[in-house]
Amino acid sequence: MRDLLRGDPRHAQIAVLSGLAIWGALALDFGTDTLTALAVVLTALATEWVGSRFRGRRFDPRSPLISALSLVLLLRADAWWLGPVAAVLAVGSKFAIQRDGKHVFNPTNIALVALLLLTDRVWISPGQWGGGALLAAALVGAACWVLPRARGDVTLAFITFWGGALVARAVWLGDPLTIPMHQLQNGGLLLFAGFMISDPKTLPDTRAGRILFAALVAALAYWLRFAHYEPDALLYALAASAVFVPAIDRALPGRRFQWPGVTTAGQQVPAPGR
Amino acid sequence: MHRVQLRAAAVGAFISCLALASASHAFCGFYVAKADTKLFNDASKVVLVRDGDRTVLTMANDYQGEPGEFAMVVPVPTVLQKEQIHVASPSLLAHLDAYTAPRLVEYHDPNPCEPRYALEDLMSAAPMRSKAEQNLPESAAADLGVTIEAEYTVGEYDILILSAEESDGLTTWLRQNDYRIPDGAEDILDSYLKQDMRFFVAKVNLGEQARLGTAKLRPLQMAFETERFGLPIRLGTVNARGTQDLFVYALTRQGRVETTNYRTTKLPSNVTIPEFVEDEFADFYRELFAEQTRKDGGTGVFLEYAWDMAWCDPCAANPLSNSELRELGVFWVGERPARTPWQGSRIAPQAANVFVTRLHVRYDAEHFPEDLQFKATADRENFQGRYVLQHAWEGSDSCQAADTYRAQLRIRREQEAQTLAELTGRDLEAIRAKMRLDGSVPAPTPWWRNLWPNS
Repeated sequence: MRDLLRGDPRHAQIAVLSGLAIWGALALDFGTDTLTALAVVLTALATEWVGSRFRGRRFDPRSPLISALSLVLLLRADAWWLGPVAAVLAVGSKFAIQRDGKHVFNPTNIALVALLLLTDRVWISPGQWGGGALLAAALVGAACWVLPRARGDVTLAFITFWGGALVARAVWLGDPLTIPMHQLQNGGLLLFAGFMISDPKTLPDTRAGRILFAALVAALAYWLRFAHYEPDALLYALAASAVFVPAIDRALPGRRFQWPGVTTAGQQVPAPGR
Repeated sequence: MHRVQLRAAAVGAFISCLALASASHAFCGFYVAKADTKLFNDASKVVLVRDGDRTVLTMANDYQGEPGEFAMVVPVPTVLQKEQIHVASPSLLAHLDAYTAPRLVEYHDPNPCEPRYALEDLMSAAPMRSKAEQNLPESAAADLGVTIEAEYTVGEYDILILSAEESDGLTTWLRQNDYRIPDGAEDILDSYLKQDMRFFVAKVNLGEQARLGTAKLRPLQMAFETERFGLPIRLGTVNARGTQDLFVYALTRQGRVETTNYRTTKLPSNVTIPEFVEDEFADFYRELFAEQTRKDGGTGVFLEYAWDMAWCDPCAANPLSNSELRELGVFWVGERPARTPWQGSRIAPQAANVFVTRLHVRYDAEHFPEDLQFKATADRENFQGRYVLQHAWEGSDSCQAADTYRAQLRIRREQEAQTLAELTGRDLEAIRAKMRLDGSVPAPTPWWRNLWPNS
């Protein structure tokens, strides 16, 4: 078990996301029923299988499982079938939208943003987690597991920029620090920072590039949140920033990220500029 | 299942239920409105109509003091024209309040010896009541970096829209003009000023009030456009009078409204509680709310009602008419009476496309540091705070079914006692004593007991 969790950071991620989904369903009443969740997971796996066949790659269930669990945690819809549609969009985007041999958008992120923009039938409940210290503890614990192996620097950079911006805003407004602290405890934010933004496959290849990327996401999110009062600012900011990743990679070229063991199983893609 | 008729208040209409007599399933009722209007004394009521950036805010108060002493200070995003301010009839809010109030529903067990399903339901709703805002008196002009952007008399209110360069000047000006600004409010005023907010300051014009003959202060309304979908509550937490109750009635085209920076939770609903609660529904609901707030750590926002305003089932009050909705600020409904006056059908022929969400927040500065921020979701699933009384059949007929019924009744009553204790935090033993239960539950009837009844 220990080896399983250590071997690939995605295993720990799947474990944590599953735990959160179960906790959410049992204790927090998220309003997603088990059958819908199952449909989302199965659709994601099926889409991955089709996409892998199409691209001539070996089927790996881990990435679609993470996308599906993230959707189960975040997406709320007024019809059950929107969940599976989101799963197709999420996993399908990986195969359909690629540049320089890597996918552009975090699958969950782009599926959520697409449905939010194109339909008026889905929503995200950023407040659904409450101000949970328990959740924060779970995510920090998970992050300690995942970060050293994946691209944790972007999470730290993002939390630093975003937290710094919130604290600076509070100081400027003369607000008590309980306000930025309350904003930083938001479960949706922690989930975003812990898992969505740190998806190594869609990040710039160098550390400098990733820090720049984190700053870009934080700046855009700040503008959307505080100039336009957009509650889902983080999701939009991440999707918009992802468009700039190829440019960041060209300016700051580095070695392409691969999940452990993928070089033998999957196809090796040369990094840009080499 | 069909509905025959429903009358508004005191006496309800007869409902016939041909479907299964399951309390949790059958949503039919026979209603009596119980006017428990003082349920939450220190509460404010706000109606938020929102579609796109268009917002209409109605603030009601149950201010009981001297009208001359009343004043309110509300941060607003823009300078409002006189036509953007309106005074509404208090009955509108009372109606909306009654329509969305948590309700008590009564069912009567049939005589188990009579092989037919005769079901009669009784329902009563306890609307809630509110009171609001700060207490501030009269003023004159000043020069402390404070700009009086506009000055209107609307109904019985004198209204000023103020902007200021800094909060010091604003606070001084307000205090010089006899507005009682509590200590600690300055920082909050400053924060709003930096966020480019203006202040809507209202007090009562006694002359106008006498002329209009309005004894009670009526709700103030304002219509404006803003990207910000929220409610400033921070000024209200400065007084540190402990917690305060706030009811938000959000009316949208889209669906249910929830808070984005606090968790919105559904209150426990559709549970069967002991019969004696009928006489103390107000206490029950107050205790239930307090207990659920406690369990949630004091940081939760509670959903009490979420429903398409074209209908209700069971109805604590009739849905609001289109003209009432328009007066509340629902600008997208037409003037024509789209609703049938409730004759038989539960669903009005034209959907008014108005979805109401009733949120109840008990807040203080410690647990609610930030102003409430909302979002309208696409969720149109109906929810209501509904509590069920299942009256026992007390006949003396004797038959095998009656024996089984009586045994099951004891189990059910014990269950009701436990539910009540769980919901309200009341002492289980005290509940049992009140219900004359000893806590023991009869042994279940063996499954084979009725297998060969004649053997």
